[in-house]
Amino acid sequence: MFASVLTQGDFMKTCLVVDDSKVIRKVARHILETLNFQVSEACDGREALDSCLASAPDVILLDWNMPVMSGMDFLRALRDSSIPTRPKVVFCTTENGMAHIRAAIEAGADEYVMKPFDRETLESKLQIVGMA
Amino acid sequence: MIEPRADTFVPRQPSPRASAKGAMGILTAILESRTGQQLAANREWRLETALKPLLRDLKFDTIEALASAALRSPDIGDQVADALLNQESSFFRDAAVLDMVADAVEAMRTDHPHRRPRIWSAGCSFGQEPLSLAMLFGEREIGRDTQPPEIVATDVSEIALTRARSGRYSQFEIQRGLPVRRMVRWFETEGNEWVANPELVRRIAFRRMNLISDPLPIGRFDVILCRNVLLYLNAELRLKVFERFATVIRPGGVLVLGAGETVIGQTDAFRPSPRYRGLYEPAHGVP
Ligand SMILES: C[S@@+](CC[C@H](N)C(=O)[O-])C[C@H]1O[C@@H](n2cnc3c(N)ncnc32)[C@H](O)[C@@H]1O
Repeated sequence: MFASVLTQGDFMKTCLVVDDSKVIRKVARHILETLNFQVSEACDGREALDSCLASAPDVILLDWNMPVMSGMDFLRALRDSSIPTRPKVVFCTTENGMAHIRAAIEAGADEYVMKPFDRETLESKLQIVGMA
Repeated sequence: MIEPRADTFVPRQPSPRASAKGAMGILTAILESRTGQQLAANREWRLETALKPLLRDLKFDTIEALASAALRSPDIGDQVADALLNQESSFFRDAAVLDMVADAVEAMRTDHPHRRPRIWSAGCSFGQEPLSLAMLFGEREIGRDTQPPEIVATDVSEIALTRARSGRYSQFEIQRGLPVRRMVRWFETEGNEWVANPELVRRIAFRRMNLISDPLPIGRFDVILCRNVLLYLNAELRLKVFERFATVIRPGGVLVLGAGETVIGQTDAFRPSPRYRGLYEPAHGVP
């Protein structure tokens, strides 16, 4: 199984999971891998930005509240950056008020998942952004 | 074994100590006799979970007690059927198909500018399907200067209809299939719930209707959607429902089924639409 994943590597879609919770990263990674994504992780916005500048993923699953650099600050920096692609950004957060959601869309988020989420929710949102 | 029929249900005398398995048989036969729905083997394990809230509400200790009460009281029978129905749905289910429906409705407006298109969502569950259509029509401004298309939405389940009329959805439900921009455009939050714009809900006429036995809605429809409803009906009842649809669809109208469903090999009343891939049209003009 592992071997077949490796050989498909070049064709798999990539997703960067940005969350300061190790548990959430693990859960998200698990779901994403069953959806055939190649997954990488970052625990704050700063790390995520470095990772994107080095090599941008197809999709970013983004938490809001994180130490060092928040999801919103990361998103603004990403959209202002000169990276050649436009990764889809799916917020994934416990901030589920209308004001937060509107602010996220304004800042350039493509979709929004309110925690807690399950496999169907994540899959549905990835489908909406054309990634699953 | 009870032979369930669509119109009548003649119970045998329940033995006071019917086994739990026997009781389940009675309850699933009640479901089938009321709605035509045969329980898929892969859902049988869910039976007990599905009945738990009802057992609690009616203060029965066992499935057996519920089964024998359901045999005596049509009202309890209704509640059993309601609890056992599969009401799974989501917003914009098979989104491309709904877009095609909106295309078809736009084309009908162009061809018949003075006619208000009529849509029937048959088996509308909690209302996600008719609401998705109302959102699409609103966004495309279909009938903005005159009247938006008329949407009639029916279901056999009173519980589902009550939920549908309220336009209220949980966080889990609202995130299934609904793009976030549509969510903020058409919904407001109230506590933990997401409430559809009342204007949108008002565009839909929700009615209780059993597709097998109740009188059909009055008039003819340009679009009939019946998705993921006929799947577990036996061939005979399915044919009956298709024939009923044929009597209320307008010539030039379309029938929309679920992703895994077809009319082919089921009925002669409909055939694949040459214009809209995956949709069906009446086979012989006006019946
Ligand atoms: C699985 S849901 C599908 C909902 C929606 N059409 C969709 O595709 O997402 C099936 C719905 O059909 C309703 N239903 C089942 N049997 C019916 C019958 N005989 N008459 C009317 N509605 C029925 C159920 O109550 C349920 O809400």
